[in-house]
Amino acid sequence: MNPLMTRRDVLAASGKLALLGAMVNAGLITAAQAADAEWNEAAFEATTMEEFIKAIGASDMPVESTEVRLEAPDIPESGATVPVTLICGLPGTTALGILVDKNPNLLAAWCELPEGTEANVSLRIKMNETSDVRVLARAGDTLYMTSKEIKVTLGGCGG
Amino acid sequence: MGSPMRIRAASDGEMIEVKVLMRHEMETGRRKGPDGELVPALYINAVTADYEGKRVFNGHWGPAVSKNPFLSFRFKGAAGGKVTVTWTDISGDTRTDEATVS
Repeated sequence: MNPLMTRRDVLAASGKLALLGAMVNAGLITAAQAADAEWNEAAFEATTMEEFIKAIGASDMPVESTEVRLEAPDIPESGATVPVTLICGLPGTTALGILVDKNPNLLAAWCELPEGTEANVSLRIKMNETSDVRVLARAGDTLYMTSKEIKVTLGGCGG
Repeated sequence: MGSPMRIRAASDGEMIEVKVLMRHEMETGRRKGPDGELVPALYINAVTADYEGKRVFNGHWGPAVSKNPFLSFRFKGAAGGKVTVTWTDISGDTRTDEATVS
């Protein structure tokens, strides 16, 4: 079953989806790029964990796990650039994501890890204000999670 | 074509560690410019990395990734091959750079 076809059925009313479909048909973007664009829109617009879970096509809320770790300063110098390292010790980890509860939108980044790539990714994110920050890891069909409060004295989202 | 990235790739014989520094404003679309108007959103939303023709990283990013993004990740491999990193932003601008694994 082609997942793109299934989602097309469900989202048939969406004008943006129709546009993406037209672009694929016209050869302007590939089907993979269209699927990515859809994914990005839904996942990055989520403001609650429930919305996010639904957007990424998961069925259950993430399970807390000590195998998922977030390395980050408790109090970064600036909310504009908070260094974070996302780690998951579970075998078969296929994705790592970082979510900031108090940002305008929950998801900061979602990293897919092909086989052979370690579940250990570092990047820098913006935080608007002090917030719980969560790392989500996907291993098999399950989402695992950990969270940590990061205190921000100088906000980073442009406020 | 975007600004060049700096890529370092090194192997300890078993694992390759890649560190990338990209040059990009990563505008969220929520910031007011000096004229008081909102600066339009412009940020990298896709990052991929390939090693010897195989995809080793696929990132979906949003505007909350910091300006001049730093990225580090690790995968199985030894010295000598080429790592290619590509970013694409929401305007369709893109940049690809590569580094040999030392």
